[in-house]
Amino acid sequence: MTGIDVARPTAPPLARWTVAPIWSEGLAAALVWIGAGALTLAWPDLTPWARTGLWALFQFALAAPLLALSLAGASWTLTGRLKPAGRWLIALPLALSAWQVLTAKTGILPLPFFPPPQSILEVYTDDAGRLVESVVHSLALLLPGYFAGALFGFAIGVAVGWSKTASYWGHPILRFVGPLPATAWLPVAFFFFPGARSASTFLIGLSTLFPVAVLTASGVGSVLSGYYDIARTLGASRSFLIRKVAVPAALPHVFVGLFMGLGASFAVLIVAEMMGVKAGLGWYLQWAQGWAAYANLYGALIIMALLFSGLIALLFAVRDRVLAWQKGMVRW
Amino acid sequence: MTALEQTLDVPSASSAHGLSVQVRRVSHAFATKTGQLPVLDDVSFTIEAGEFVALLGPSGCGKSTLLRLLSGLDAPREGKIGADGVRITGPDPSRLLVFQDPTLYPWRSVRQNLAVGLETRGVLKAQKGRVDEILRLVGLEAFADALPHELSGGMAQRAALGRVLVNDPRLLLLDEPLGKLDALTRMTLQEELLKIWQARRFTSVLVTHDVEEALLLAQRILVFSDRPARIIRELAVPLDYPRRRDDPAFVALRQEILSGLAPH
Repeated sequence: MTGIDVARPTAPPLARWTVAPIWSEGLAAALVWIGAGALTLAWPDLTPWARTGLWALFQFALAAPLLALSLAGASWTLTGRLKPAGRWLIALPLALSAWQVLTAKTGILPLPFFPPPQSILEVYTDDAGRLVESVVHSLALLLPGYFAGALFGFAIGVAVGWSKTASYWGHPILRFVGPLPATAWLPVAFFFFPGARSASTFLIGLSTLFPVAVLTASGVGSVLSGYYDIARTLGASRSFLIRKVAVPAALPHVFVGLFMGLGASFAVLIVAEMMGVKAGLGWYLQWAQGWAAYANLYGALIIMALLFSGLIALLFAVRDRVLAWQKGMVRW
Repeated sequence: MTALEQTLDVPSASSAHGLSVQVRRVSHAFATKTGQLPVLDDVSFTIEAGEFVALLGPSGCGKSTLLRLLSGLDAPREGKIGADGVRITGPDPSRLLVFQDPTLYPWRSVRQNLAVGLETRGVLKAQKGRVDEILRLVGLEAFADALPHELSGGMAQRAALGRVLVNDPRLLLLDEPLGKLDALTRMTLQEELLKIWQARRFTSVLVTHDVEEALLLAQRILVFSDRPARIIRELAVPLDYPRRRDDPAFVALRQEILSGLAPH
């Protein structure tokens, strides 16, 4: 051991270059992606697909930066960020290749229910316009309803958590009506509102409102009484107690409500789009199903998963900033 | 704590700063599921302005309830409580509490915690320097921007003390503020508390079940019985500050109190 320690300072500077560590998992992943691309090209499709060449190119294109990063060494920050995903980056091309072999190359999994990856790529190249439009429509329907529901839910929650009167009247209603899934209101809402859009916005708001209200109320209700005592002896007004003590102390609960509300609002969004709105990703799903366009169906599902998990990740990023004071925060 | 020595010379510290306290025939009870639980039984005493008095008694006897009544957070069932001869009807920033738990607001930095009282009274802008002054006094200037969960128990309790001192209280109510600290930190904070009291001349009421702590800090000790609490003894501590635990007079006083507390 000591011999190594002594030898290190005397080693020539060139040694640093020769021992630059290679990110071995990254290198393996790059090779597997190249292999997957080669397999796509070398093994002819059972019935030729239009985007097989592009699919191979896509896989080679992913291999290139991985190869560069792994050879450039583990010292790069980008490499450091990707490193934990190393085994996923190897498994992904293997799974995609297996999927392709079972579908396009051998037909073991039958069409039209099991489209190959290149057909989903084809959906993205040939139907991009409609998909983008659907995403825009979905967001335009989701976000106003979600924010309105979150805002009202927060206000109701603070009132019910703070005031005995509001709790007496509000709490039973929340408990009685809250468990109803917002989608159950769909027929009623479509009847009362002038259009499917406004009805859906209302229902998305409703689905967000309940969890946010219930959790905000429980958060305000469970604030340590000592926090109020301190503020009261220091001369705090009622408004100070609510704004500067109750609300910040309840925020961890509020964010759980916002998270649950977001999940509920996704469900309502998709059902509303399928039932009456005639636009957005939910509508796209139903349209694709009507034409037995399974590749479009899976393509839209993948986009939906990316969109929704992205929104949740965004919410958690906001929470991590707002609740940075919390110790031992639960990560998502 | 060099800052402390400096503040000792502050001329504004006058003996008239503290509030006097009058407690007259106070009884109190809590409503429980099974009925009324009496906690205070006909308690009367007076505290002079600027005095340091310890309320000594077994855990859970009702001493803390008495402090809450003095702070104005709760009102007594029977009897009267006054400060400077004026009846206490509610909380006021001139009478401030420090709890056993620091109860710092975890979403506020140390500096922001200290500033709460200035904020509630709307004088934060006018007295901005006040927070820094107290941060130095309690030795937390290096931790001004730390969050409460980053503090040790002793530092958190210093911050809690600082949060009330910022408001220049005339009556400081200490509810076993050092009870959860390790022995070494407790000794340090006892000394600092004493210095701050000597410098600022507010009236101090310390609730404790630690006989030594009462003897180290207080000029007078009121000994309470088990619940419902009554005053069973009153005893002056005629020793000069700083007091030494191995001083024969100190040891004798401790023996005297302890023998009186022994179960009969």
